[in-house]
Amino acid sequence: MSAPVQQFKSQADVVSRDLRHREFIQTALNNYAVVRDKNRNAFRNYPAARQAAAETKWEAIHHLDRHLEQLATRLEARGTHVHWASTGEQARDIILDIIRRKNARSIIKSKAMTSEEIHLNEALEREGFEVVESDLGEFIVQLRKETPYHIVFPAMHLRRGEIRDLFNRELNSGSTEDPEELTMVARRVLRQKYIQADIGFTGANFAIAETGMISITENEGNARLTAALPKTMVTLLGIEKVLPRLEDLALFLPLLATSGTGQPLTCYNTLYGGPRRPAEPDGPEEYHVVLLDNRRTQILADPEQRDALHCIRCGACLNVCPIFRNVGGHTYGTTYSGPIGSVITPHLRGLQEWKHLSYSSSLCGACTETCPVKIDLAHHLLQNRRNATQQKPSWPWKIGFKLMNFVFKRPALYWFVPKLGRIGQALHPIVKGTRLDPAYAWTRSRETPRIARQTFREWWRGRG
Amino acid sequence: MSAKDDILARVREALRVPAPRPGDHGDGATAHADTPPSHKAREYLPPAAESFDEQVAQFSANATALRAGFHVCNGQDELLRRLTELRDAESWKRVASHASSLTDAACAALRLPVLKTDAGYDVHALETCDVGITGCDALVAQTGSVLVTTRSAGGRALSILPPHHVVLARKDQLVRDLPAAFELLKRNYGSDYPSMISFITGPSRTGDIERILVLGAHGPKRLTIFLV
Amino acid sequence: MTVTLFIPCFVDLLYPQVGISMVRILEKLGHKVDFPEQLTCCGQPAFNSGCWDEARGLAEPVLTRLRNADVVVIASGSCGAMLKVFYPQLFAGTHHESAAKALSAKCYEFSDFLVTKLGVTDVGASFPAKVTYHDGCHGLRELHIKDAPRALLSRVRGLELVEMQEEVCCGFGGTFAVKFPMISTAMGEVKCSQALATGAEYIVSSDSSCLMHVQGLIDRQGLKLKTIHLAEVLAS
Repeated sequence: MSAPVQQFKSQADVVSRDLRHREFIQTALNNYAVVRDKNRNAFRNYPAARQAAAETKWEAIHHLDRHLEQLATRLEARGTHVHWASTGEQARDIILDIIRRKNARSIIKSKAMTSEEIHLNEALEREGFEVVESDLGEFIVQLRKETPYHIVFPAMHLRRGEIRDLFNRELNSGSTEDPEELTMVARRVLRQKYIQADIGFTGANFAIAETGMISITENEGNARLTAALPKTMVTLLGIEKVLPRLEDLALFLPLLATSGTGQPLTCYNTLYGGPRRPAEPDGPEEYHVVLLDNRRTQILADPEQRDALHCIRCGACLNVCPIFRNVGGHTYGTTYSGPIGSVITPHLRGLQEWKHLSYSSSLCGACTETCPVKIDLAHHLLQNRRNATQQKPSWPWKIGFKLMNFVFKRPALYWFVPKLGRIGQALHPIVKGTRLDPAYAWTRSRETPRIARQTFREWWRGRG
Repeated sequence: MSAKDDILARVREALRVPAPRPGDHGDGATAHADTPPSHKAREYLPPAAESFDEQVAQFSANATALRAGFHVCNGQDELLRRLTELRDAESWKRVASHASSLTDAACAALRLPVLKTDAGYDVHALETCDVGITGCDALVAQTGSVLVTTRSAGGRALSILPPHHVVLARKDQLVRDLPAAFELLKRNYGSDYPSMISFITGPSRTGDIERILVLGAHGPKRLTIFLV
Repeated sequence: MTVTLFIPCFVDLLYPQVGISMVRILEKLGHKVDFPEQLTCCGQPAFNSGCWDEARGLAEPVLTRLRNADVVVIASGSCGAMLKVFYPQLFAGTHHESAAKALSAKCYEFSDFLVTKLGVTDVGASFPAKVTYHDGCHGLRELHIKDAPRALLSRVRGLELVEMQEEVCCGFGGTFAVKFPMISTAMGEVKCSQALATGAEYIVSSDSSCLMHVQGLIDRQGLKLKTIHLAEVLAS
């Protein structure tokens, strides 16, 4: 077994038995489900909205080359510098180069999963720059030197007492554990950071090809401040974020909010097209947009799973996923967790090393059902399993299935199955529950069913 | 080859095999025709009110749910009276704003030191202001949103940095829904868009600590909208 | 009409009463039941494990044998999804593709067959107990069956149906249950606690595989719950 699968299995074993974690996460996500459903029901026709979103993303991706060129041309026409990065390393170099050219010291960041994906913070800190996450949840996990637990709710695994201890230790904030007071502590600290920062760094939720704009969705106002105060602004986004038309946002903004946080619309939905214009009083003097591939074109090259690029990173599939809810976000060991992470990580980081995420699913399909852009997530997990096996067969399983086929296709042999089963079951108590038990994976936590005294076939034949 | 050429070449190569159009996951939705799906947005988006009075009522209900203040003023006198009441209730000492007919009259009536952002400003000074008073491009009845741009709201920071954001809107600025707001942007700005366009839907908030709602995470804790 | 019954391996070996109940109900409704004895397994375990070649090996005889059937009723939502939804994917691009599509069109999960195809909701059953219904995920999300079993239960005399908080997976998932046993167990515990919260005496389902998992947990943990297949309730 390679390292990621071992890490996943051992951590999953621990977290899935942690009843406190289970109860805490379930409660939070049940509350989310209530408001999500309320706001989905507020649509005149939610299934039609979902279909329209899927069609729009399909169109965006189907002409991705055209849309990217259009986006870049329109952004550049307004004085934005557009950079293209094939890999995470190229993106880091581009961003470091901008920072060095501006003689910058400090960078204020708003939430960007793409920056997690390319491990930007580590790269910047290694070079001696100060990087501060401004989204409250991201700020908390940064102080804890952790990765985000969830792509939308980075600190949802922490209780207020843990945040009190963290803030008291790192920020000297005293003994308050009131969420409002803790939020105000972060607000005061970060206010100064915005004002001092040389670079404002953001991610993006959508990019509008038609008008050359970057759309950022948030609730706190931290991205607005990040884009307002520093002299230089940098946005990093995946190439799949593009939408064809400005008015597509009339659908995608409410859809993202509803699925993401259960709100009708998030608090700030902002479009940025370029640096400060001559008549404007403020805003960055320079605006850089970095378009990141980082193996997204690998997903694009697989027509069967191309719709995984429709993802708007709302996190809805994580929220309904019983695997995610029981193992938690950190167990995955990936930037993108939950069903969408299990689907795309094998493409982004290697199928054999990450195929276990596709196997770690009961294929319940709750992800497919909830996805606002209709990504066929559950079936993609099956396809990843098929592709992994075709590429590199798992011989014990393959031989097992071949043997099963040999027996199950021959009625004369199948006749022995219940007979042998009954004998095996009679002997089972000798090893049951021990490591010698061939059914240990089952019997460790569950009782086994009994082979019937008379099988259905035996009954059927007996009827004559 | 540049990274741009590399990426576009990979994209074109990948797209040589088309992917099937999005199917139906059994929820009864059927594929749309050739017009862009967003052009039929009103068929599926949450409903928006038709008449002006209904739109005012819808905006008001949304604002309340979002914990924003919303007041309809019959004329400038009422606006100025309500603003001075707000000034006294919150003991404003410094006001930030920008030049426009509505905001200029409001600032004059408040009789407080005013920082105007139009020709540039000191960010530390703006940070000490108790309120930012701005105009807007539109109010969206369907969502309770305020649409601002760098042009209509005195730049990027004025509507986000002070702890209280006061929006002054004219009655003709109330639009029905998000599609109407995007039409308005296209009509008013065409190819010369401001560098920032923002839909503000309620005061700044977070739920990052135990999913408990806290207002004023980084932006204004209070948002008050006057429709004049 | 002649109904061809597909009895999955685990129903045959572990839960024959489920198949027997189905035969009795269908015959009571005046239909002739045909049971192709040589069909043992739909191939889903291999399919779900990524071994599509081996899955096709088991599925091909199913396609051949059921070619001339009028309607096929499957005694499990999960195996039903395999025949109805996944066979066309499994055989896409092979010379069995059209046969798989043809079979798909005439496949029904048992409760769906009674309600949708036959228009029957009252089979004259009586089962005086408080029950909750567990939707097997494949039946619910691949076959989109939600109302049919509830319509059938609503006509069972003496039966009171109480719904659980949400439609969540029981954690079985075939080989998943043994590949990731602790995750599977945690999911099963969540399911059991939701069922217990309803105050129901029984968890009823259309999938014996889900019930096998849940019953295994109930027995190990000594929970005050019982499991029973929908067909057994309807045959009471």
